[in-house]
Amino acid sequence: MMRTLLVRGMLVGVVAGLLAFLWAHFVGEPPVRAAIGVEEATAAKEAAAAGTKVAEEAPLVSRDTQETWGLGTGVIIFSVAIGGFLAMVFAIVYGRVSKLRARATVAAICGLGFLAISLVPLTKYPANPPAVGSGDTISERTEWFFVLIVIALFAVVAAVRLGKQLSERWGAANATFAAGLLFVVLIAVAHLALPNENEVKAGFPPQILWDFRLANLGTQAILWASLAFGFGIAAEHAIEGKPAWWRRDAADKSSAATTT
Amino acid sequence: MATPSSALDTTQPTTVPVPVVSLKGLLPYWIFAGIVLMLAIYFVGAEEGATSMISGMGVHEFVHDARHLLGFPCH
Ligand SMILES: [Zn+2]
Repeated sequence: MMRTLLVRGMLVGVVAGLLAFLWAHFVGEPPVRAAIGVEEATAAKEAAAAGTKVAEEAPLVSRDTQETWGLGTGVIIFSVAIGGFLAMVFAIVYGRVSKLRARATVAAICGLGFLAISLVPLTKYPANPPAVGSGDTISERTEWFFVLIVIALFAVVAAVRLGKQLSERWGAANATFAAGLLFVVLIAVAHLALPNENEVKAGFPPQILWDFRLANLGTQAILWASLAFGFGIAAEHAIEGKPAWWRRDAADKSSAATTT
Repeated sequence: MATPSSALDTTQPTTVPVPVVSLKGLLPYWIFAGIVLMLAIYFVGAEEGATSMISGMGVHEFVHDARHLLGFPCH
């Protein structure tokens, strides 16, 4: 069963990655191009002021390749990996943590995954387009970025456990609010404890930054929503033996035919 | 001839969900698939940026736009 779930999670990841890639390419690349344009204009201006020419170095990978095959490969590999982890988390959670059925369980995991892996990091270390940021701090920024994701994942687990414990005494609604409050407090503490990193240079056009960060959020949202939808159906089919919903009408009719 | 209960089962399972994989059975998957998948995320998200396992900037440059648009720190 685990093998089936893992394979399906990763296959759904391919499709989710493809959809996220389409968004990233058509919505995300324009602000990336604009940011690179700003960088080149700044470099040209500085070179002109110094009376030199901008050194033209041949790129290792052309921009065309980066925007298409490179972007697609990267997004799909990431999505397949998330799909695999989704399947393995699902196998732990299903039937143990809640009484939710397969599709609802998958939706809950994806919602919380989006929260911990995509939204929380965005609040502290938001995505930046190329040309923003300095190479000197890349190591520490990457470290703190991953530290915050790990903290957010632990905060989700803590909140879910608290919510489960309280739901018997307080009822599901109150317990959910209490769990949400615990999560927000834990993330707030992490915000205060972790160092600030602001890499955006003064004078960088804010509209490009905003467009880029919205595109980043959209890429993540499409990825998680597609995984939730696709793996929800795949897991439901694998575990509950339900035919996929588009075949269910036919199945209903045939089972009705056999009973009558 | 299907009994009414099994006819119900095909459309609306009436049982409470039960675990489908034992935690012990899950462990090897978490170890092996976990490592491979983490490595995949690492190559998309951090290789030749903060740290580097292979020399050169080929991987970084190839997945560069994905790294930015997925929100990983890059530059
Ligand atoms: Zn970059």
